[in-house]
Amino acid sequence: MGVAAVSLLTTSGLTRHFSGIHAVEGVDFTLEAGEIRALIGSNGAGKTTLVSMICGRIPPSAGEIHFDGRDITRWPAHRRIMAGMAYTFQISSIYAGLPVFENVALAARRKRRGRAAEAATQEALMRVGLWERADQPAGDLAYGHQRLLEIAMGLAQSPRLLILDEPTQGLSEGEIAAFKALIRELAPATTILLIEHNMSVVMELAERVTVMDMGRILAEGTPAEIRANRAVQAAYLGTG
Amino acid sequence: MRGGGARAWTLHLAVLVLLLAVQFVLPAYHHGNLARIMVLASYAVGYNILFGYTGLLSLGHALFFAAGMYGLGLAIKLGGWAAGPAIVAGLGAGLLLSLAVGALALRTSGVAFMIVTLMFAQAGYLAILYFGAFTRGDEGFVIPREARMIMWLDLADAATRYFVALALFALCLLFCLWLMRQPLGRALIAIRENEERTEMLGYDTFRLKLVAVAISGTMSAAAGAAYALLFGYVGASFAAVQYSILPLLWVLVGGAGTVLGPFLGTLFMFYLIDIASGLTTAYMMIAGVVLVMITLFARSGLLGEARRRLWGWLP
Amino acid sequence: MEFGPYLMLATLEGAVSAAVLALTAVGLSLVFGVMRVVNVAHGEFFMLGAVVAWTVAHWLGGHPALGFALALVVAPVAVGGLAAVADWLVLKRIGYDPERTIVATIGLLYIIQQGALMGFGPEARPVEPPFNTRLALPWIEWGEEGLRLVWPWGLATTSYKLFVILAAAAVLLGVWALMARSRAGLVMQATREDREMALAFAIPVGRVYAGVFGLGAGLAALAAVLIVPIQQAHYLMGGDPLLLSFIVVIIGGLGSLPGTVLAAVLIGLTDGIVSVFFSPTLAKILATLLVAMVLVFRPQGLFGSTAR
Repeated sequence: MGVAAVSLLTTSGLTRHFSGIHAVEGVDFTLEAGEIRALIGSNGAGKTTLVSMICGRIPPSAGEIHFDGRDITRWPAHRRIMAGMAYTFQISSIYAGLPVFENVALAARRKRRGRAAEAATQEALMRVGLWERADQPAGDLAYGHQRLLEIAMGLAQSPRLLILDEPTQGLSEGEIAAFKALIRELAPATTILLIEHNMSVVMELAERVTVMDMGRILAEGTPAEIRANRAVQAAYLGTG
Repeated sequence: MRGGGARAWTLHLAVLVLLLAVQFVLPAYHHGNLARIMVLASYAVGYNILFGYTGLLSLGHALFFAAGMYGLGLAIKLGGWAAGPAIVAGLGAGLLLSLAVGALALRTSGVAFMIVTLMFAQAGYLAILYFGAFTRGDEGFVIPREARMIMWLDLADAATRYFVALALFALCLLFCLWLMRQPLGRALIAIRENEERTEMLGYDTFRLKLVAVAISGTMSAAAGAAYALLFGYVGASFAAVQYSILPLLWVLVGGAGTVLGPFLGTLFMFYLIDIASGLTTAYMMIAGVVLVMITLFARSGLLGEARRRLWGWLP
Repeated sequence: MEFGPYLMLATLEGAVSAAVLALTAVGLSLVFGVMRVVNVAHGEFFMLGAVVAWTVAHWLGGHPALGFALALVVAPVAVGGLAAVADWLVLKRIGYDPERTIVATIGLLYIIQQGALMGFGPEARPVEPPFNTRLALPWIEWGEEGLRLVWPWGLATTSYKLFVILAAAAVLLGVWALMARSRAGLVMQATREDREMALAFAIPVGRVYAGVFGLGAGLAALAAVLIVPIQQAHYLMGGDPLLLSFIVVIIGGLGSLPGTVLAAVLIGLTDGIVSVFFSPTLAKILATLLVAMVLVFRPQGLFGSTAR
């Protein structure tokens, strides 16, 4: 680490075993405040496991996590969220039985009360273009709209670190373009960690890219550097 | 979820006004029944906060009902306390027990939670029998008439009894209606709908569920204490498994997760069992048949079905 | 009586209740193991077994052995058949959802129990044992001429009680053979491991479930036929076996057959021994609290391992 301020997030030696399988092995990962970072890798490379340990969904087998200068390795998930993380699920995890508005309001209410929470809810829904559907049951939304609702729930928390697990999966071309614009707007204030398979999204959005392979970090750099990296090409980008 | 507030308050206040009015026209038998139903419905409202709104199915709520009943009853019988402080003793016993049981049982979930709560309640029931020297076991004990006074109110008098039962029920009902419009109530519903998501939105779900158990248990204890005070009897049968099953039955029949459902369910089942017990000694057969029918054909109960088909705004 | 002989007597009584408990609990465990549901009406199937046994013996008359032998066959088959029908009528239709199954089987509990009250009546009715020779038991004592056998007054059991222990052991061996060695057992194991996969391999999961539910109830009924000459039939007799079976199944590790049998022997013996020396109510309080604590802190049971 250079002279710059403390990194927003660092993991050191982070490891997770599932009954003998090393899903994540000794990962040292650093995220600077304000950046947009993409995390890529083939299926089973350990991306979701790494991110799940960061936000507290699963406990690590070994290693440490520091967020904003504090050791959060043993914190429960809800405490990490309150400290400024937000996580959107890879498989949409919404309140299917509740209205769209209430889905986002539940996220907004953690840090705001009353009218302020309602305003934040409205703003998040308008940003993803779901405001007209606020009174519908969330379970009635189309798949792509449910993905957007997930993102709105993340936005409504006004997080300092927004972790998005494959957010564009199942979105249409138009929705993907809107998503890119939205993330660019957030970027300076909110740090973004993005697991993504869509290479156009990765190359256009990310300032830096981290490549994982078999539970370890294979390479890290700007999109151009990653594209030129032979090891990455061999392991992952083989198709270009 | 947004809006519908005024309509909901109007409906529930109208129901309470109706309950206030009918006592002047009801024959004595039904007058007494309705007082009993309102106390039991308060128990069901408390049960519903945990089962219907938070989504936790307890099979041990008789423990909390009995905690209120015995907390009050023993304070009067052994301590010679007046009714007022004895009520506090009953509520305190319910609160402490529900916090203790909740802190342990909430480490489990689903079927294990049901069995753990059942086991704790069973241990409580057996403890009442074991300490028969103080509790008089199965036989129970009567609360003397002179102890059933709060200031100038003679709770053994039928009209007063009805008013007090109605006041308790109104308090529980309006509290439930209010709670479910607060961030806390909304968070409990969120836990019912998707617990993992709720945790990942930054809610301490364990603590929230513990709060729900405590509210639910204390309200059940309030009903238990009121039952003992209004009807003058404390007995181990109120701590037995059947009194854990009954609130589940009432809530399922009336509609889990609806504010008025517990009252409707209690009213309906009380009279159904009342009629059946005139015909046969095996009147609990009715409870069995209704339980099976509900799980098979009407999962959301009377009011739940009404909300689904007719009135979406119903809280 | 001295302490030693007294303990031996208590152990023998405990062994009888352990044998019956093991049969009942294995029935409950089988249902949980294969179908992943808790059958709250299990105790009522036990009670029905006793009621059927009394009915058969009463109706047949003649030598008690005749009625008893017939009941040994009729009660498990009739009760198992009834349970299979209940599975098909109710549990299948709610898709074996764990929580709804509990509510539905609570309903079944009341229906069966109150049905028995209507048909059988509120009295406790005895069934005569098929044979009941009193067997005095010896005790070893250190006397003046060294070790010698004595026959303390009151230290005795009956041939029937020994038969119960042996019969239960034989049936348990049979269940084990069925599960481990037969095709039906394989099918059940497969269904237990992975329901979707079993469906894909054209295993008739619906029939397997009805069969397992029937088998579980049948075992409870059989246990009741064995105990009814000692205990009498009564419409409320299902409560204790249900509670004790719960305890055994949970302590033995949910769904594990060897664990269940081990726990049944342990609980049955301690229950028998403890209730000779202490209040049975206190023993039950401690047992129920123990179960709750096991579920909270060691959900895999005392004999289970963590890995699954």
